[in-house]
Amino acid sequence: MAECIVIRVNGHAISVRDGITVAVALLQADELHFRTSVTGEPRAPLCGMGICFECRVTINGHTHARSCQILVREGMQVVT
Amino acid sequence: MIVVVGAGPAGIAAALRAQECGARVTVVDDNPAPGGQIWRGDSNVWLTRFRASGIPFIASARVITGDAQAQTLLVETPEGARKLTWDKLIIAAGSRELFLPFPGWTLPGVFGAGGLQALAKSGLSVADKTVVIGGTGPLLLAVAAYLRQHGAHVKLIAEQASPAGLAGFAKELLRNPNKLLQGVALARHIAGSPYVTNCWIESATGQGRLEAVTLRQGRRTWTERCDFAAIGYGLVPDNELATFLMNSPNVVIAGTGELNLAILEGEIAGFTVAGYPERALGLYGKREKAHRFATALQHTFALRHELKSLPRPDTIVCRCEDVTFGLLCEFPNSRAAKLHTRCGMGPCQGRICGPAAEFLFGWNPGSLRPPLFPAKIGSLMPATTE
Amino acid sequence: MDAQDHQYNIALPGTTIDALIVGAGIVGAACARELSLAGLKVTVCDESDVIGGGATAAGMGHLAVMDDSEAQFALTSYSQTLWHELSPQLPAEAEYLPCGSLWVAADAEEMEEVNRKFRFYSARAIRVELLDEQQIAEAEPNLRPGLSGGLLMCAASVCYPPCAAAFLMKRITFLPGRRVIAVSSDGVDFADGTRLAAGLTILATGTEITRLVPNAPVYPRKGHLLITDRYPGFLNHQLIELGYLKSAHSTESDSVAFNVQPRQTGQILIGSSRQYGTEDPATESHMLSRMLARAVEYMPGLTELSAIRTWTGFRAATPDKLPLIGPCESLNNVYLATGHEGLGIATSLATARLLADHILGRASAISLEPYLPGRRFAAHG
Repeated sequence: MAECIVIRVNGHAISVRDGITVAVALLQADELHFRTSVTGEPRAPLCGMGICFECRVTINGHTHARSCQILVREGMQVVT
Repeated sequence: MIVVVGAGPAGIAAALRAQECGARVTVVDDNPAPGGQIWRGDSNVWLTRFRASGIPFIASARVITGDAQAQTLLVETPEGARKLTWDKLIIAAGSRELFLPFPGWTLPGVFGAGGLQALAKSGLSVADKTVVIGGTGPLLLAVAAYLRQHGAHVKLIAEQASPAGLAGFAKELLRNPNKLLQGVALARHIAGSPYVTNCWIESATGQGRLEAVTLRQGRRTWTERCDFAAIGYGLVPDNELATFLMNSPNVVIAGTGELNLAILEGEIAGFTVAGYPERALGLYGKREKAHRFATALQHTFALRHELKSLPRPDTIVCRCEDVTFGLLCEFPNSRAAKLHTRCGMGPCQGRICGPAAEFLFGWNPGSLRPPLFPAKIGSLMPATTE
Repeated sequence: MDAQDHQYNIALPGTTIDALIVGAGIVGAACARELSLAGLKVTVCDESDVIGGGATAAGMGHLAVMDDSEAQFALTSYSQTLWHELSPQLPAEAEYLPCGSLWVAADAEEMEEVNRKFRFYSARAIRVELLDEQQIAEAEPNLRPGLSGGLLMCAASVCYPPCAAAFLMKRITFLPGRRVIAVSSDGVDFADGTRLAAGLTILATGTEITRLVPNAPVYPRKGHLLITDRYPGFLNHQLIELGYLKSAHSTESDSVAFNVQPRQTGQILIGSSRQYGTEDPATESHMLSRMLARAVEYMPGLTELSAIRTWTGFRAATPDKLPLIGPCESLNNVYLATGHEGLGIATSLATARLLADHILGRASAISLEPYLPGRRFAAHG
């Protein structure tokens, strides 16, 4: 079994399996509001393959990060 | 130097065959690991051989642009941009899913069919999740089987194709015993999940996230509650780079779509580009057969016209810029729509709405300019050539 | 319908066209609106089926006042006033944003130029503010430290040109997809063999003018632009380096300049480049690289931003950097409205107003004379 690490999602610490993507970590934590669309709708991943840009979140201060293409790291700060 | 873009089945097969012929090969892929979408997280003989081959693999590398004259490729990696030079380039970029807009398709919880499988393969637990799968093609069955194996409750698979078409497809299966065996294995895994033909998801509803989908079969409509919906209306080739570098004699395009065809095309490309086309001779017959099968697939799962009337005026087509179907209806072509509504101007560069608009309105995709994928500005500045 | 009928009135059977405007870019659209408001029956044709799909779509949409010459100042400042008056009517998609423009001085020499500009504009009642090193850093925190200062042009704004053009074209008859191959004093010939009669014809065709009026002194000048993803708050004003004056005004070699614009969407539009002697519309990597490197010199933080798209366009440049507005020398009833170089969006409204004044015999707020197509040009180059 893979080890667990801790990331922060909107300030809350959550324990996630190492080696998974940020998108999977968020979905696993039942976080389905990844980004807010330009007209204010909540959005979550669609394509799961880095194409659709619906899974964008802010990671360690970097906006527009595609969470389905980025692996979790200890202490990572994720803002949806 | 041969550079292979894409480490899916076609790319891996091409790289291995070229290496066998003594060529120097490098493979780049935008994912962290080789395998592409279909072999994501799997192990099989091709992947094992690739890992053992020592072929340099540049992971998480997005191709930003290429230059057919200078024979270079600009890629962006987490460590920065790199400019690769090539004598021969094999583009095995694979495919993405085709999504057709319907009311509610932007709700969190509505995934691509392949997309939900990719997330599950990346570690998302689907155990005890209720899922409705809709769209068309054999991928729906593969996804259903995978999700069920991992504990999901697949309530229903809605296949838009007609049973008559599927019967024709079954005949084609009988000519391909391997396929038939795969089909039987799939059938065992999806037993218990109704496979409903002539049926599609008409809308999705929920407060802030998906709660239910409404299905249609003929004149009957009904609602199924679910946690996730997995939608896929077939595949669209990721042909941006190939289109951009068209007309270059040293660029070869290999394999999109159906798995066996992709592998065969990859092998043929690898042999040919490495200078040993005679070694590919034995593969042409097989490729022909695989090609026939892929064509039969396309035929069987051709999209029905009713799907064009799924979007309502307020249904969003361009998800990056939230452009509605009703607004798009006012424009004669994709360029006019793009300039006046922002449709396709977001970061996905029209990869999602472009094929949808092509289906809905018959619009041709627009022209291609670098960056072929969004890239850091720093990556577009002078890079040293490798 | 017999052949004779088909030759005329193809779009509007039974009606006559008072004014036909060739070119549905922003200049053509502005002319259409101006003449239509004056009561003329106006039709606009374009070889494309997109309104504002040519240089209009490629431009930045910087509604600025410039001071290269008194005539350029007169036209740009008059036009800015007209844009300001029009702005309450502009639809949201025209993305009118009164962000102000800031000339950036990198050193003491450029600061001298800032001071000159300050005196120039102050003397002409244009609202400007001098910024010192600290003030410019506060106004634009993402500029590199150590710049000398700048000049804030308070009334400058930006817009999204294709939608502004579409707004100007509202209720105007539009003939899309019609390529004009010849112009005469009573109308035009289309490539499909049809004719359209009009009382007067205005050629607002940008660089295409030389196809219809071969001796028109207009040259294509290629430019590149890049737009980023959305980064609200990264940039507050349109920023232009003072070195822009050197590069924008050189008619000799390829040049780049730091010229960035905040969009209402939070996106950042990055320019600019200028090239003569090419008609290839492809994005050229070496020009793009040079242009971005220049931008990053001024705003190092740009390197980390995500670029979504690049494109190119062709400005219609003239030897004296002033547009051609007024009667065509060789053809009666034909007028030109082209040659605006990089200021077509900015000066479209004034161009249209002056031309309409001239055609209708109205008094003008400023003199048309410096822009008349029949003026004498010094030898090019």
